Amino acid sequence: MDGIDISLINWSRGQFALTAIYHWLFVPLTLGLSFIIAFMETIYVKTGNEEWKKITKFWMKLFGINFAIGVATGIILEFEFGTNWSNYSWFVGDIFGAPLAIEGIMAFFLEATFIAVMFFGWDKVSKRFHLASTWLVAAGANLSGLWILVANAWMQYPVGMQFNPETARNEMLNFWDVFLSPVAINKFIHTITSGFVLASIFVIGISSWFLLKKREISLAKRSMLISAIFGITSSIVLILSGDSSTRLIADIQPMKLAAIEGLYEGENGTGLILFGTLKKPENYTEENKIWEYNFKIEIPKLLSYMTYRNSDAFVPGMNDLIKGNPEYNIMSAQEKIERGRYARDVLADLKKAKETGNTLKYEELREKFYDTDFKENYFRYFGYCFLNNPGSLIPNVPLSFYSFRIMVMLGFYFFIFFIIILIGVFTAKIDNWRWLLRLAILSIPLSYIASQAGWVVSEMGRQPWVIQDLLPTVIATSHIDASTVQITFWIFAALFTVLLIAELKIMFRQIKIGPE
Amino acid sequence: MTGNTFRKIFKFYIDGFKNMTYGKTLWVIILIKLFIIFVILKLFFFPDFLKKNFSSDDERSNYIIEQLTKQ
Repeated sequence: MDGIDISLINWSRGQFALTAIYHWLFVPLTLGLSFIIAFMETIYVKTGNEEWKKITKFWMKLFGINFAIGVATGIILEFEFGTNWSNYSWFVGDIFGAPLAIEGIMAFFLEATFIAVMFFGWDKVSKRFHLASTWLVAAGANLSGLWILVANAWMQYPVGMQFNPETARNEMLNFWDVFLSPVAINKFIHTITSGFVLASIFVIGISSWFLLKKREISLAKRSMLISAIFGITSSIVLILSGDSSTRLIADIQPMKLAAIEGLYEGENGTGLILFGTLKKPENYTEENKIWEYNFKIEIPKLLSYMTYRNSDAFVPGMNDLIKGNPEYNIMSAQEKIERGRYARDVLADLKKAKETGNTLKYEELREKFYDTDFKENYFRYFGYCFLNNPGSLIPNVPLSFYSFRIMVMLGFYFFIFFIIILIGVFTAKIDNWRWLLRLAILSIPLSYIASQAGWVVSEMGRQPWVIQDLLPTVIATSHIDASTVQITFWIFAALFTVLLIAELKIMFRQIKIGPE
Repeated sequence: MTGNTFRKIFKFYIDGFKNMTYGKTLWVIILIKLFIIFVILKLFFFPDFLKKNFSSDDERSNYIIEQLTKQ
């Protein structure tokens, strides 16, 4: 990894993170609020009650503001792929091309047709056609997200492809392997349900503000009812998909799991750390990256049970994954580095054979990349050849540890919160529980923090990989000047901040105005 | 028949835009944003690195293989 401009890599990563974080401020509300609106409009069409039409139109107005401000902010991520991450973009080949193209087409048709009907079509198209359009917007927005999440899941768990050594690109062998990979399915379910939870809290929070102001009582209570039920249902799916995500991570990204738990030495019957704080010990080095606990609250054996459904199962720690553990069939990082280097040497020899016109040698080496033994035992560790220090396989432990706990604790809090809101609405005591109404407003930013923390766990926890085991982040960048990335970083920071302020300003104004 | 349908769709959109209230502000924001993203950022700050520096896919492949096999 000599000669790599760390400043360039850090700025490129910072810029991508900034863009993704801002983009993700707009997306989850769109995913969830679209369904809440669809439920409300369905009740209106079924009952014919004009109050439900008023409620639907009010939330649709807020949906429209969020959608309009957020639309196209994700495109910038695609620009960054081509400019800052060209090695990566080339290496992923058509794996990204297909899902992103489908997403683009779907988003275009969705935005140009059904959203227009949703906003302009009241009293111009039939009630049922309007309702169908609202449902199609909800389904389409979530399906649009599906393709992005499929592409992201492939980076965490690259399957269904064949590396072409002549072009240095991965080619999709089986679309269904990519589309239906367990990581893609899990990621989709977990991500969209997190959006549903966020949107439910958004609706409950704003409804609580109306109740505190003693305004729009009927709208607020009905909206709370729908959102609390939607929130409880979504929370259950969110928690269950989070649980299955733990098992997947244990299987395909064990280092991420070890970092999340701050687990250095693996053990049988590993406990789950509910909460704790970390400190950097005096003997901390970049090679071992060992953090110590100030204190921790642990549930014995729970992590073993969660990951392998066996409370005595062995969960490997970071040291096991670095040094290897033959007892549990865990290969050392050094062995993986050697295997990766062998794969790299074969690729280098292939290039040389091509340049010297040695056709026989070229064909022989090329065949290796299509040979199952070579693929499974050597090429799958290709990315390790770029790592000089096995310690660089350990992601940022405190960030992974704390982000995970913020996400999980808030996730469980939201579940309980929805139940209390539902009880309050059913018992008609919600107006009197002013502490709960204030808490509901405060929970809106908390839902965004939880959602962002989830992405931090997912993306920071998988470092140093941009594509798991195949391509480290440090190799994925383009050879460009770090200063140009710095300039665009600040342009984005300014642009997105302006957009966010505009969104909040317009949103607050419309909330104050209330339903028409 | 087809012409009539297109006219109806066109009128549907025009009426929709005309009757917007807060939506007009949003459209201004959308248009400014798209201009900044697609005209300023894409044209001046985000050229495709491989397309800009290499003229064929063969050259691009060779360059990436060079990057991947560098020791």
